[in-house]
Amino acid sequence: MRGVDKSFPGVHALKNVDLDVEAGDVLALLGENGAGKSTLIKVLGGAHRPDSGVIEIDGRPMEIITPQDSQRAGIGIIYQEFNLIPAMTVRENIFLGQEPGRVSIVPAGKERRRARELFDRIGVALDPDALVRDLTVAQQQIVEIAKALSLDSRIIVMDEPSAALSPREVEGLFRIVDELKSQGIGIVYVSHRLDEIFAICDHVTVLRDGTYVDSKPIGELTRDTLIELMVGRKLADEFPNRAVAKPVATDDNEVRSGLTVSNLVGGPKVRDISFNVRRGEIVALTGLVGAGRTEAARLIFGADKREAGTITLDGKELSIKSPRDAIASGICMLTEDRKGQGLILNRSVLENFGLPNLSRFTVRGLIQQKRERDAFQAYVEQLQIKVSGPKQRAGNLSGGNQQKVVLAKWLERDAEVIIFDEPTRGIDVGAKFEIYLLMRHLVEQGKAILMISSELPEVLGMADRIIVLHEGRVTGEIEDVKLATQESIMDLAVK
Amino acid sequence: MKRFIADNGSIIVLLALCAYYSVVTLGEQHPNTPAAGQEVAAAILKDSSEQVTVVVITRDTVQDRAYSEAVRAAIETGGGTVLAVVNGAPTDARLALEQVGGAFSRVDAIATNHSASGWGPLKPQKLKTTADKFPGISGIKVFKPQSYTWPSFLTRENLVNVINQNAVIAIIAIGMTLVIITAGIDLSVGSLLALCGVTTAVAIQQMAGGADAGTIGLLGACLIGTGVCTLCGIFNGVMVTWFRVPAFVVTLAMMMVARGLALIVAVQYQSALLGGGTEGTPEAVRIEAAAFGWLGNGATFGIPNPILLMLALYVLAHITMTKTSVGRYIYAVGGNPEAARLSGVPVFGVLILVYAICGAMAGLAGIVDASRFEGGRPNAGEMYELQVIAAVVVGGTSLAGGEGRIFGTLVGAMIIAVIQNGLNMAGVASYEQKCVFGGLILAAVLLDRFKRK
Repeated sequence: MRGVDKSFPGVHALKNVDLDVEAGDVLALLGENGAGKSTLIKVLGGAHRPDSGVIEIDGRPMEIITPQDSQRAGIGIIYQEFNLIPAMTVRENIFLGQEPGRVSIVPAGKERRRARELFDRIGVALDPDALVRDLTVAQQQIVEIAKALSLDSRIIVMDEPSAALSPREVEGLFRIVDELKSQGIGIVYVSHRLDEIFAICDHVTVLRDGTYVDSKPIGELTRDTLIELMVGRKLADEFPNRAVAKPVATDDNEVRSGLTVSNLVGGPKVRDISFNVRRGEIVALTGLVGAGRTEAARLIFGADKREAGTITLDGKELSIKSPRDAIASGICMLTEDRKGQGLILNRSVLENFGLPNLSRFTVRGLIQQKRERDAFQAYVEQLQIKVSGPKQRAGNLSGGNQQKVVLAKWLERDAEVIIFDEPTRGIDVGAKFEIYLLMRHLVEQGKAILMISSELPEVLGMADRIIVLHEGRVTGEIEDVKLATQESIMDLAVK
Repeated sequence: MKRFIADNGSIIVLLALCAYYSVVTLGEQHPNTPAAGQEVAAAILKDSSEQVTVVVITRDTVQDRAYSEAVRAAIETGGGTVLAVVNGAPTDARLALEQVGGAFSRVDAIATNHSASGWGPLKPQKLKTTADKFPGISGIKVFKPQSYTWPSFLTRENLVNVINQNAVIAIIAIGMTLVIITAGIDLSVGSLLALCGVTTAVAIQQMAGGADAGTIGLLGACLIGTGVCTLCGIFNGVMVTWFRVPAFVVTLAMMMVARGLALIVAVQYQSALLGGGTEGTPEAVRIEAAAFGWLGNGATFGIPNPILLMLALYVLAHITMTKTSVGRYIYAVGGNPEAARLSGVPVFGVLILVYAICGAMAGLAGIVDASRFEGGRPNAGEMYELQVIAAVVVGGTSLAGGEGRIFGTLVGAMIIAVIQNGLNMAGVASYEQKCVFGGLILAAVLLDRFKRK
């Protein structure tokens, strides 16, 4: 790709960007949120039409205007949101659109054989007749990869492929990437996890604010120099320092005891969970994907129906039947799925911010919009949210800024207990640190934070205490984080 | 500029339509109002220095009566004498002229209007032959209001008429806009309109005292009618939320049930009127209380009451949607119900409220309809649901939910009304109009798609 340029109303998303992928090479495409990675991928996939610039494959210029053009040019894109039809089988999904003729009978046997061949090529075993909706996220990803291969793709682009995978599944993904590489397929790999970049990538291309920064072989880079390239400045630490001393016990310790959850049961995934989060500390709830972490948090927040168990805040039992109750009791939750659950994407950032806080801005039934805007503006400055104005649609923001809008909405609520589910998923390094800093700041103010994270470095860097779940039960608690290692957590998580 | 057009596209379309029809319907206008009557009287008084004697001749219509009355009053205040006022047919005019021509020695003027001035007895040569027999009118002159060139579309009378005819649709469209913003649909509004009309009519006849019903009795009956529709709306909402039945299915069922109920009530009422022995017919339930017609046929400050009610409801709805928590909640639920719920929005409550409001609006429209026709018509409002949905969609509300503006819907309803009016003026048959409307709705949605890109 040469000199690719793309503008949207109000945003110059890509400014003269270059990208080179060689056969059998894994290229990491890096940049902070809003740097233009997603736009670049969409240009490559035919979803956006570039304003200028050329795309060449094997030295031949290609005109890519539609997704079909992109497929024909041998480019396979695996977006974060998969393009699979849940009610159809694996085989049908792979060969969707490749049926031999409009009215001829689909050769099921032949397709099944070809699907197996494709799975063999990437070294996995998957039943071609399984329904896609019954598959795990990792398996669905494999189906997407097989689909790309079935179209004879020579370049495969993966947009944050590891974001929703467990550590074990990520290893599987790496094996597949290696396999594809050895078959001469060029791969563009987008990820925020630097460990992964160093593990599997050969070259790195960095974008910043829609412009091309640099391309280098991975051997010439260190973790720190890479971060510098991405954020354009030096970063001192990945995590802020913990408070020097934990909040000491006081007379009203009993009253200020924070959130206590006892014998929580609900749904298939939460069997019996008890723990507490004191004011002034960050407690990490960790475990493998599917251990019931998010599910437990949703029960506390009233998002799902609780079958048994009590929730108390500062010694007082709460009756939580809905998120509305939880919010009124002083508990709020930042969901892991910001786009699906955290924000109303087609409404303005201001409306999203105001949603749980309207009672504060309402006088005699009417919303005082100036008051609301002023409150929002204060957070825009405090959290350095990049918005064009309060009327900007939430859907047009980058991941980090979306998370900041969600944060602003809950900060205004001034809740006592804040649940962060994967607080930095899909967020770039610079914004991550800001969010960590804010979490620290909140606990210093005496709030209680429950954090759910799949990233063990994050758990070790941020938590004051770690609670490990396995199959819906608490299998261990690590009081002293200094003694915790990734291995000791994993040990508890698989027990 | 581009943004302005995108944001106000429907208003621009409406204005363009109005401009188009104004040009197309440009023609001679013949005023026939009391004001025109006063001008004619002034002209007569000015023409003759002595005490003037006048005969007023017009057709026998409500407007012509008002016109001739204005002429009479103005002549008399100006010191003239009105010898006769004729509201009738050309023969009446001839007889009156012969009479005054025989009885009085001098008749100065005939005051008439455009339609009557073309009658035979008022033609100059005919007047001359009459004057030969009845010399009293030999010096008579004919006066009528001055005509001028103006689009007949753009007359106050026509515009008020267009809006008034569509006030019912526009009122229902308020509720439908809210429902569609929550990504729902309500097909039952047309039937609810009829149910409310019939229920209110029966309540007035049997509970409020029929012809003797007082204001409180009438209001109570209206409350019963809208109450029934609101309950139906709440039922729709409960089905959509707690029982997770798709809105399309629930309201389709309600559309049939409510229509059936309206017919049952009407038939039973007619049967009871006939003594209960025979089966009734699905005719309108006549409302005998004369005061009830005020809402549908009356006017305040010269503006028909349905228009005033419609405007008041639109202002109220606009404030609710833009300035209150409920409005924000409705948009939020339409945009992303799960995110709204996790932000503390009572999603079920909001949805039930929205369907209840939609039912209530259909009920209010039913009362206007019943008042206009002075009876509850069990067959009223058929296919209204589709007209209303068309108005909402043309007004720019997205069927996908989360977006839409209340006044957009008003503009949408008016666009449809203006096109209909224009087609009627152009003499297009109603079957052909259906094709035009189908195309219009499609065009509106396509326009919306392009705008989004």
